[in-house]
Amino acid sequence: MTRSVALSRRWLLKGAAAAGLTGSALSLAACGQSGEASAKTLLNVSYDPTRELYVAYNKLFATKVKTPVTVNQSHGGSGKQTTAVIEGLDADIVSLALAHDIDAIAAKGLISADWAKRLPHNSTPYYSTIVFLVRKGNPKAIKDWGDLIKPGIGVITPNPKTSGGARWNYLAAYGWAKTNGQDPAAYIEALYRNVPVLDTGARGSTTTFVQRGQGDVLLAWENEALLALKDSEAKDFEIVYPSLSIRAEPPVAVVDKTVDKKGTRALAEAYVKGLFDDDAQKLVAENFYRPVSEAVAAQFTQTFPQLRLLSVDSDFGGWKKAHADFFAAGAAFDALQVKLNK
Amino acid sequence: MTINATPTPGAVPLATEGYKPPKATHKARVLPGFSLSLGITLTYLSLIVVLPLAALLARPWEHGLDGVWQTISDPRVLASLRLTFTTSLLAALVNLFAGLIVAWVLTRYEFPGKGLVDALVDLPFALPTAVAGVSLCSMYAANGWVGSLFAPLGIKIAYTPLGIFVALVFVGLPFIVRSVQPVLAEFDAEVEEAAATLGATPLQTTLRVIVPSLAPALLTGFSLAFARAVGEYGSVIFIAGNMPFVSEITPLLIVIKLEEFDYAGAAAIAVAMLSLAFLSLLLVNALQLLLSRRGRA
Repeated sequence: MTRSVALSRRWLLKGAAAAGLTGSALSLAACGQSGEASAKTLLNVSYDPTRELYVAYNKLFATKVKTPVTVNQSHGGSGKQTTAVIEGLDADIVSLALAHDIDAIAAKGLISADWAKRLPHNSTPYYSTIVFLVRKGNPKAIKDWGDLIKPGIGVITPNPKTSGGARWNYLAAYGWAKTNGQDPAAYIEALYRNVPVLDTGARGSTTTFVQRGQGDVLLAWENEALLALKDSEAKDFEIVYPSLSIRAEPPVAVVDKTVDKKGTRALAEAYVKGLFDDDAQKLVAENFYRPVSEAVAAQFTQTFPQLRLLSVDSDFGGWKKAHADFFAAGAAFDALQVKLNK
Repeated sequence: MTINATPTPGAVPLATEGYKPPKATHKARVLPGFSLSLGITLTYLSLIVVLPLAALLARPWEHGLDGVWQTISDPRVLASLRLTFTTSLLAALVNLFAGLIVAWVLTRYEFPGKGLVDALVDLPFALPTAVAGVSLCSMYAANGWVGSLFAPLGIKIAYTPLGIFVALVFVGLPFIVRSVQPVLAEFDAEVEEAAATLGATPLQTTLRVIVPSLAPALLTGFSLAFARAVGEYGSVIFIAGNMPFVSEITPLLIVIKLEEFDYAGAAAIAVAMLSLAFLSLLLVNALQLLLSRRGRA
């Protein structure tokens, strides 16, 4: 009697385990098909500070297309997002901080190599630049890049190894030194000597500067700085525009492999193309990115002062070269860190 | 019997007619379902632990042994390993004492709000580590509550290795408390009474009777806290300052390698870390074995 009870319980358990396995197998199978079942969903994988912009644009986009569409957003550090897409995150659209990151995805065969030529302005619907955020009244009288290397100035900038924004900062500083007849390497060394903390991302650096009171100047994206000033608690800061900066271009691209698999190509292409329309460009400017449309830009000259801007392509030989020269493993930045801290 | 022992072809040797050997496995075990549960255990462990670790071990060899060695022997990697392991060790040691005291107070004394304090111990388990990092940073930065007390003394906590230590103490505490607490609660009061009647002072009872029997649990907690500290990333990167050679932990270097899309390099550092951690745990386990044998003798 006891024996048969034990047996039946055993069978019950086995049955339950088998059912569980089948269940999970089925849900796994369903997982693979979910893309096709809901073709009206797009995933835009982006970097940190574009959150607000794309929330606004997604609403606008939904009114433009005839079929109802849901656009999901994913945000994080640009490099991390790139890795996620390479490792299999089903992004229909990528809108990242650097062309270099999209190139890395293209190198894995997920995006066609000529992605930058498919849309106007190298597939960059908006741009921004690097500015200084200083404490109210500018107590250390920081006016230009040259002031950042004075002794006793704390400069807050994230680590270029982990932050796309920090690479723009680095290139802007380097470019200023070069155009002003200084030895750029020596200037960069002096600059990073004044950096007390290397955060991993732009938002982390903003927190270190604004909330933790570290340093005297934050090298920031112009859109982040303007956003920070809009916040009521950040009234203790002001923006300083240096004499020269860099045209920071965060590009967008459709992920060919994914849209072809999911059958969302038409929708995804409409999405990125729509970013260049005038109403979208206005939205871009309202979210503190500089619009590429000249007509729209003319309406926002109050927000965005004229500034001399370097470009990665013409002044640094493109991202590939800039990356190899400065940010790759063992390149200038790594060597500098060894020199400064060892 | 001897006749039966010479096997005739086709017959089962040594099996006398009408006799069935007892099925030892099911009758002898108290708990049912051994074969099934062992099967599940092995499958589960393979899927969750063994296979991912095997995948990790397979990854670094893209550039051969030389590539792995070059990555690991980089002075910056070595500096970060040194920092990670020493701060983890120190944090676990501090928690060993602090955790014992916390567990002691929570099991041996009654006081108002005890339940709340007991629940507080688990908070570092539940809190997302990034949140812990941000809140620790706001406390220990030069303009924070605690940091501002130390700043006049010239001691910087946040953005230095000291900050890393604070974060690691925070995440490690529950491990010690929670592994010691049940042992302490089960501890037989008679043993203490016996010690007292034999003339031991309270201090002697504590040091010579209670602590030795707690040693295995303490070591378990210690190794868990240490292991957790070694792998800790989220809370540390906010408070560390992340300066290479000074306050850069190994997990951050792994992330940096990943940002360079150097998966092989990242895996190489990870494997180095894994081996070191495994070695330390092995050492602690050996120590534990020794202690528990001594306890039994």
